[in-house]
Amino acid sequence: MAHFEKAKSVNEWLDQRLAVNTLKRVLSTEYWIPKDINFLWAMGMVLAATFGLLLISGIFLLMYYKPDATLAFDSVNYTIMSEVGYGWLWRHIHGVAASVVFLIIYIHMLTGIYYGSYKKGRELIWLSGMGLFVAFSAEAFSGYMLPWGQMSYWAGMVITNLFSGGSLEAYGLVEWIRGDYVPGDAFLTRFFMLHVLLIPLVIIGLIVLHFGTLRIPHVNNQEGAEIDFEEAAELYKAGKKKESKVIPFNPVFLSKDVFVMGVYFIFFFYLVFYHFNFAMDPVNFDPADGLKTPAHIYPEWYFLWSYEILRPFPKDPGLIAFGIAQAAFFFLPFIDRSPNVAPAHKRGLFFVWFWILVVDMIVLTILGKLPPEGIFNTLGTIAAVVFLLLGPALFVITKFEKKL
Amino acid sequence: MGKDVQGRRDFMGMALGGFTALGGLGALYAMKRSWDPLPSVKAAGFTTIDLSAAQENVLNIEKWRGKPIFILKKSKDMKPDDRDVVIGEDRYHMSIGLCTHLGCIPAYLPEKKMFHCACHGGQFDTSGHQIFGPPPSPLEIPPFKIEGTKLVLGEAGPEYQKMLDAGITA
Repeated sequence: MAHFEKAKSVNEWLDQRLAVNTLKRVLSTEYWIPKDINFLWAMGMVLAATFGLLLISGIFLLMYYKPDATLAFDSVNYTIMSEVGYGWLWRHIHGVAASVVFLIIYIHMLTGIYYGSYKKGRELIWLSGMGLFVAFSAEAFSGYMLPWGQMSYWAGMVITNLFSGGSLEAYGLVEWIRGDYVPGDAFLTRFFMLHVLLIPLVIIGLIVLHFGTLRIPHVNNQEGAEIDFEEAAELYKAGKKKESKVIPFNPVFLSKDVFVMGVYFIFFFYLVFYHFNFAMDPVNFDPADGLKTPAHIYPEWYFLWSYEILRPFPKDPGLIAFGIAQAAFFFLPFIDRSPNVAPAHKRGLFFVWFWILVVDMIVLTILGKLPPEGIFNTLGTIAAVVFLLLGPALFVITKFEKKL
Repeated sequence: MGKDVQGRRDFMGMALGGFTALGGLGALYAMKRSWDPLPSVKAAGFTTIDLSAAQENVLNIEKWRGKPIFILKKSKDMKPDDRDVVIGEDRYHMSIGLCTHLGCIPAYLPEKKMFHCACHGGQFDTSGHQIFGPPPSPLEIPPFKIEGTKLVLGEAGPEYQKMLDAGITA
């Protein structure tokens, strides 16, 4: 037994047993963030808050949801929506947050790309972030199955069929994933398990890792400047806050985050209360029917760009292109050969590359929603090829980029 | 620490590691088996369909193992095919009604006499051959056996075996 003095306050009592004061210092009041940042740096905490909303609304949905192919549809559309007090609120928060979280993820990712926040020392931040993107995608897909409407069923059918690997015809694997020849009760209950337990555990673990990877390289800044954090921290602690290039995470950085979050929540709850329909596909208000395909099957907006890369090609090349598109962003820190950590507008051709990427992804997203006919087919093929060429193009552009 | 102690620790480490790996493999196998389709799902196998009431150029959709089955009685102007199910004078196209691209159900357009898949624009003729779009192969013919004017799905009869040997079922 270690020696303990009688504590004079609750804080001291906790500090003796948990070192809460040290934790507070290390994790918040002396965790240094550069001053030279803008509102885009708040997206991380906006994402964390949105994840919190998803968790809380999910817990309440879980109270009445029934993971059974015969009961699921009514438990959502009847019980939760019209019987449970404020059940509609949890559902609309959950649905809207699941959609909006991807908007923020894309902004967060593109911010990282624009400011070169994946380079030299920050590779693990990028990789763990991409891990989170994949985990969120799996979470979104598995959650989409749960209301067991027509879109749930057919999206489940199409996405699990991807695992047959085209001409490999690995239908054994597809049936194994489903636990049946077609999506059925076994499929619904295992995706329920993934959605409410396994994937959230993975997400929480990855969030911790993502925060951890930030610690040593520190948050990037608007100029990509290298900062002597110890020296800057000493200046700040000595009271020379103006001269110091850093601020503490808590309370200074967080107060800015909270302001951005406030603005974001106005937008978010406007959607929840007045415009939730965009996150509720009307086709999914028909119960799942294995003998009737909806006229158009399309994923939610945040998957449209990668879906559109799958669509214009024949089966096997389509799958390969889709696979490349899914994995491509993981390799960004290693494809970018330039040593410059700087915003895109200071990196010459990289700036052009960045905006082509943004425009191409928007074009792919729009085309993904349109029926695969006529001129849209041609445009889709062009946009998909452009996306695939952006990878090698980045390698060449950054190889010849002048050192700043 | 003596060489002796080191040797014994290595041995214990390897023994522990070995048994842990064995247990881990066993657990992985159990997990894999838990994800397998249940025996009851696998056994639900056979569907009998009566073809005598079928009308020309009208698509009937039946269900077998949770999948839709297309049955189309061919009219005289439709091209005969080796993939047809022939009962007496009548020829039928019978296949699993899932697009061979990614598994959507194609719709039948009677006036154009073809199947059209709305998901990615694939098209099939009245014998189930792909004629446009991304589908890589014809509509798949499931195992069947002819019994009078009835078809038993899930059982391989001689007519099916002949198609299978010719490699034209999919």
